[in-house]
Amino acid sequence: MFKEVLAEDQDCLTLNVGPQHPSTHGVLHLVITLKGETILRVDPHLGYIHRSIEKMCESLSYRQFIYVTSRMDYLSAHINNHGCALCVEKALQIEVPQRAQVIRVLMDELTRIASHVLWWGAMAMDVGAITPFFHAFREREMINEIMEETCGARLTMNYMVPGGVMYDLHPNFQRRVKQFISFFKSKLNEYDELLTDNIIFKQRTQHIGVLRREDAISFGATGPVGRGSGWACDVRKRAPYECYHQLQFEQVVEQAGDCYARYLVRMGEMRQSLSIIEQLIDNIPSGDYQAKTKAVLKLPKGEYYSRVETARGEFGVYIVSDGGTTPYRIKFRSPGFSNLSALDHMSRGHKIGDLVAIMGSLDLVIPDIDR
Amino acid sequence: MNASLETTLQSVLAAAPVPVQLTAGSQWPELVVAPDDWPTLAPFLRDHAELRLDFMFCLTCVDWKTHLTMVYHLNNSSCERVVVVKSVLDRQQPRVASVANIWRTAEFHEREVYELFGVHFVGHPDLRLLILPEGWEGRNPLRKDFEDPVNMIRL
Repeated sequence: MFKEVLAEDQDCLTLNVGPQHPSTHGVLHLVITLKGETILRVDPHLGYIHRSIEKMCESLSYRQFIYVTSRMDYLSAHINNHGCALCVEKALQIEVPQRAQVIRVLMDELTRIASHVLWWGAMAMDVGAITPFFHAFREREMINEIMEETCGARLTMNYMVPGGVMYDLHPNFQRRVKQFISFFKSKLNEYDELLTDNIIFKQRTQHIGVLRREDAISFGATGPVGRGSGWACDVRKRAPYECYHQLQFEQVVEQAGDCYARYLVRMGEMRQSLSIIEQLIDNIPSGDYQAKTKAVLKLPKGEYYSRVETARGEFGVYIVSDGGTTPYRIKFRSPGFSNLSALDHMSRGHKIGDLVAIMGSLDLVIPDIDR
Repeated sequence: MNASLETTLQSVLAAAPVPVQLTAGSQWPELVVAPDDWPTLAPFLRDHAELRLDFMFCLTCVDWKTHLTMVYHLNNSSCERVVVVKSVLDRQQPRVASVANIWRTAEFHEREVYELFGVHFVGHPDLRLLILPEGWEGRNPLRKDFEDPVNMIRL
């Protein structure tokens, strides 16, 4: 299907990884140029799950287009919806009730934990440890059940709408989240025992796929990838939205820039997310869960941009409105797309076996990259 | 915050190597630059001591039916300053200099804009289709007049 320019050096080998390969976590196709076992070049070919969501959104109303965004980064569906809702609210100057803001932050952080937990299991499996995967899915299932109860869906929640959230919390929500917190805290320590200090895991990840700080900035690699390279790039801190500026949490930053640093950042972030949930779960304000909005939303002519922090990094929504009921142009800045662009730079000179560890540490979600 | 950034921009841009038009913008200050002047302005914005816009967080294009507009969202890495740069391109022959050597994230983003809008980025290291399969050269799905009887999504 692809005409790959043959390497001039005849000793080089061109190898296709994917689009159907377990380590690419989806339909990502990498064309790798190898000399022996050493990687000379990685060329990602995208588009196997491209649905042209940006074009589709041009014919969807401002209430409808949010549903499509759950299908981009399906592990951060809440946070994608959140970014879109924020952008519409910014344009229409809708004030979101306190209760809705807190519910949104709670859902975002639960999503972040669920996403990081899944990544933790998948990353371990990529480097050869099978057991963590089953532990991870057990904990993720608990969050999925909480989501199912309140939102009615386990993966594509579509819970955040312009003005607030779709409906109020389920009566069981607080109790089950508290159960989860106490359960998950002990499990996090178990995770550390299983993997964090494991000598085999360390040898597979330390000094592998090093991304220096200035390169992370230049490639626009945000989220745990940027923070693993020593760049404090958390949107929740530098451009706070909702009630994040009132919450106590640390931005986890590691300096090494290798796969292990990115691992440590995500482990730290799970603990920070737990602390955010603990601060909020007993302090959910009463009141409306949704602001009153018109049935048909019309954005004033202009351009609007909102930024949120997903589990993978900075997610941006750029809406150009011509005053109508549908966006004139919409652009989603997906974190995975920029993080993937650094893959070639990070893997050059490493052995082919390390590529799997590097990809695992990037935490790629392919529908997020292709859109 | 925006007001102080605008005064900084005014004084900095007075010394810019090329003519730049500064407006308040809806959310962040906006600069409009001619496509030919963009390669000179880009390193100036990134390296100027008072701006240091070294993080490009969004690069995209908008089809206005009469012309195309390139939109670049720039940020400094500690994220106090956001500046939007726009450049108006001719719709028949859209050409603009690539900035992939200044912000490396632009390499992928420009390939995406190349295939979806047909903008030719002069000096791009590897301008090929990224998302669309082979054979889509010259057909640009995100243009407003794009018609495809098979793959059209019309709701």
